[in-house]
Amino acid sequence: MAKNVKVYSTPTCPWCIRVKQFLKDNNIAFEDYDVGSDRLKADEMVKKSGQMAVPVLDIEGEIVVGFDREKIKQLLGI
Amino acid sequence: MHDLIIIGAGPAGITASVYAARKKMDFRVVTGDIGGQTAWSGDIENYTGYQFISGPELVRKFEEHMLSYNTSVKEGEEVIEVSKAGESILIKTDKASYQAKSVIIASGKRSKELNVPGEKEYKNKGISYCATCDGPLFSAKNVAIIGGGNSALDAALQLIKIAKHVYIINNAPELGGEAMMRHKVEEAQNVKILNNSNVTAVLGEKMVSSVKINQDGNEKVLSVEGVFVEIGLIPNSSFVKGVEKNSRGEIKVNSRNETNIPGIFAAGDVTDVPEKQIVIAAGEGSKACLSAFRYAAQH
Repeated sequence: MAKNVKVYSTPTCPWCIRVKQFLKDNNIAFEDYDVGSDRLKADEMVKKSGQMAVPVLDIEGEIVVGFDREKIKQLLGI
Repeated sequence: MHDLIIIGAGPAGITASVYAARKKMDFRVVTGDIGGQTAWSGDIENYTGYQFISGPELVRKFEEHMLSYNTSVKEGEEVIEVSKAGESILIKTDKASYQAKSVIIASGKRSKELNVPGEKEYKNKGISYCATCDGPLFSAKNVAIIGGGNSALDAALQLIKIAKHVYIINNAPELGGEAMMRHKVEEAQNVKILNNSNVTAVLGEKMVSSVKINQDGNEKVLSVEGVFVEIGLIPNSSFVKGVEKNSRGEIKVNSRNETNIPGIFAAGDVTDVPEKQIVIAAGEGSKACLSAFRYAAQH
């Protein structure tokens, strides 16, 4: 079954662009939240990750900060 | 054995890769990331052919150009050591080892740190080294930019559109950097420039709440939630053994991008080339590749 994947990002951050491209290349569907314009989602991201840098991924409740390719692959089983 | 290994994929490394592909060299690119500092730049208005392009967009075009030749790019690989062994060059990374006739070091520079109390604790908890990335999270908040050169001005131009109030904490008597950018920053309504000032500590609880500064001998505390560190760069050159460097750690190259070790070439911001610009790094990358091509053909 497809995993529930959320990406908290800003439109300008290079690692956000790369992490989203990586998910697309691997046919992983995800919800993308722009924390630059969505204040509630920004607060949610800070609460979940305990920090303020983007990107943050929420993969079935597991939090990944930054484009940690190995960890993301492992959590997605790809 | 490869003809060439290119270390780094910023403007210098990517341009070198395009030339290497067109020369049909047996080569690969080994790099931590794609785009280098260009990826973190905001608006670029001085790269020939583009009157205006953003850093991430220019990097996307660079990357497309590089990959259009089916070049082998090892991303996320950290180079640990480059050394000469007999006639060949050994490149050791955290994942593999490579042997090549020649190498181009185009590993660029990284942000210098403040080295003050609170910096480690609040990294990513209000302290950022990338205004382009994390800036939007500070909308309607007070922020401080540390620095007074081009990268500080670039960060300021991004943050004045987003933040409530922007302090620029500059240790020199006046701002440096490009005149056009400086004027735009000085004209902004929500900017306060504090010259002759140094940060002495970053304070907070869970996240940053203020910075302590020293201006002309007087201590002040500024209430800010974001601190953007833009105090300059240091070259990523420590992994190269036996190569001559200047006092800043930049690799010394001649006009053909040769170092003191035959077969080891270098290009872009990691070298002592006089100016650090995207267009210059790209040009240096092409020169380094043409030199490496000639060298590899003879060895």
